[in-house]
Amino acid sequence: MATITPLKTSAEQALFGQAAALPLVRKTAFEKFEQSGLPHRRVEAYHYTDLRALLKDAPPPALAGAHVSTPSPFSALAMTVLTLVDGRLDLGQSSDLPAGITVTESADIPDDGTEAASVLSSDPMIALNAAFADRPLRITIAAGTQLETPLCLRLVTTGSHSVYPRISIEIGANVQATIIESHEGAASGALINSVVEMRVADHVTLDHIRVNLVDSSATLLTSFGGSLGQECVYRGSNFVIGGHLSRHQIFLRFEGEGSNAQLSGAALLNVRQHADTTLVVDHAVPNCQSRELFAHVLDDESTGVFQGKIVVRPGAQQTDGKMMSRAIVLADGATMNNKPELEIFADDVACGHGATVGALDDDLLFYLRARGLPKREAEALMLQAFVGEALEGIAHDGLREHLETLTENWLKTRA
Amino acid sequence: MLEIRNLHVAIEDGSKKILNGLNLTIRDGEVAAIMGPNGSGKSTLSYVIAGKEDYEVLDGEILLNGHNLLEMEPDARAAAGVFLAFQYPLEIPGVATMTFLKAALNAQRKGRGEDELTTPDFMRRVKLGAEKLGIPQDMLKRGLNVGFSGGEKKRMEILQMALLEPSIGILDETDSGLDIDALKIVSEGVNALRSANRSFLVITHYQRLLNYIVPDTVHVMSKGKIVRTGGKELALELEANGYADYVEAA
Repeated sequence: MATITPLKTSAEQALFGQAAALPLVRKTAFEKFEQSGLPHRRVEAYHYTDLRALLKDAPPPALAGAHVSTPSPFSALAMTVLTLVDGRLDLGQSSDLPAGITVTESADIPDDGTEAASVLSSDPMIALNAAFADRPLRITIAAGTQLETPLCLRLVTTGSHSVYPRISIEIGANVQATIIESHEGAASGALINSVVEMRVADHVTLDHIRVNLVDSSATLLTSFGGSLGQECVYRGSNFVIGGHLSRHQIFLRFEGEGSNAQLSGAALLNVRQHADTTLVVDHAVPNCQSRELFAHVLDDESTGVFQGKIVVRPGAQQTDGKMMSRAIVLADGATMNNKPELEIFADDVACGHGATVGALDDDLLFYLRARGLPKREAEALMLQAFVGEALEGIAHDGLREHLETLTENWLKTRA
Repeated sequence: MLEIRNLHVAIEDGSKKILNGLNLTIRDGEVAAIMGPNGSGKSTLSYVIAGKEDYEVLDGEILLNGHNLLEMEPDARAAAGVFLAFQYPLEIPGVATMTFLKAALNAQRKGRGEDELTTPDFMRRVKLGAEKLGIPQDMLKRGLNVGFSGGEKKRMEILQMALLEPSIGILDETDSGLDIDALKIVSEGVNALRSANRSFLVITHYQRLLNYIVPDTVHVMSKGKIVRTGGKELALELEANGYADYVEAA
């Protein structure tokens, strides 16, 4: 009897070859990936981002020792910078750490057995990261620390290789901090697959801003898994300009009562960029509030994906969750896919979601043009306002203004 | 001078004709009022002059100071001196009123080949104009027209007109939704802008507005054309007798 071997794509073949050749690989994690291979359109979570079809190749992992010469895009702002070059911490290009922050490298990715961890490990791309991440980084912010300047994690890729950054962040009680996750660099064909885990204790106020500024020919997959203790305020933002193909996964779980999470994001896409934001907000306990607002601007033949799910577990009464996705499609060839979902197992909750996709409002456009603004300028003003709403939640003024400037510059390239 | 000759206009798909050979001339410094029943084409006329894309011009021409407006984009028409005060000014969340005013003013100046205004110069002009119209400073910081009352929106339209200094101001039912105090403020704002080289086209249903903005000429519009022209006393006659005669005659 003939045995049937499922066909592997060239990217999968490359990954299997690398797994066989590299000594550092974590075998069990790779086996998890091996069971499913690259996720494709028949896997529900990846229906709109079929990695099997979209990922043409998986270049070899980056070697250590590359140097980064470009300054941080946020160099004008006062920050504590930790630079990860091709996924490895480079102390030579990092700031001295303020009191309360400790950073260690370890060869292991501890499986702490929590539910949050199991959500992460069930995703094949996160399993792939666990297999290949060669210097997982562990950051601890001690209880009571009030960070005066943001902690900026620069994740810089130096060329066309594969990079698997892995960072776990432990945040103690009563901390106040701003953490920036800045994805930069890379060249054509690069595959960046990063995972950030965050465990947040009680009474923490945390701003967490992820910025995708990688080269427009690279692939960037980011996954974030966070859990919040009691009475926390978490403001998470996701800003996407870069990447030919990108997917930003956000898994946030409320584990303590009385917490509030505001998640927002903006993606500005053109040419043939494909950007996916996939979000699960898990209300595991009562009395928490979540708000989500995501904006997409799609030009040329770009594709946007927003998948957002609010889960309310049994007993998580008094949950208040609202999710909104808005998209403006500027060209006939551009596509937006919206998939908002609610999964509610408690009976005393207020949850809602909405999604809109449309062109710029013709009447508004005429109003602005009748006041003398040329068409492109009028459109830019409207788009700036549209994106601005999604950036409003960023509490750090300098950072928000910087992202507004990046938006303005992006809009100028349309003219 | 605004000259409209034999203007025929249909809505974009050509299914319905709205203007049927309209002729109208407004001299420099003249305030012309157009009155007429609902559906006579008054608002369409204002949109066609300003360049809204939902209409198809089948025949005729519109000249402003000799420039053929129908060949120009809406923003070029604005730079050439057309200002339309909207019946329903639109709300633009996220665009601060001040930012919008500056962008509009500088775009028009650029369109005419003039230098941009310096920020202090611009601020001074806005402040002066806003004071005259009783517009508080904090309104200028809010999103354009967002959360403004009907009266505030109309005052904001007049402030824009004052800053942009058009050669023709078209007021499309500016009196709608205004209480008597707001009507006075808005009318005073318009009257202050009257000058020898600026004309106005005042579109209204009611004679009341014309007590405050006294016109030089009054035109009656019905079924897409001007059916009668007279002095300011014509408005009083219409108020007394209604439009019935004209609807039948046209």
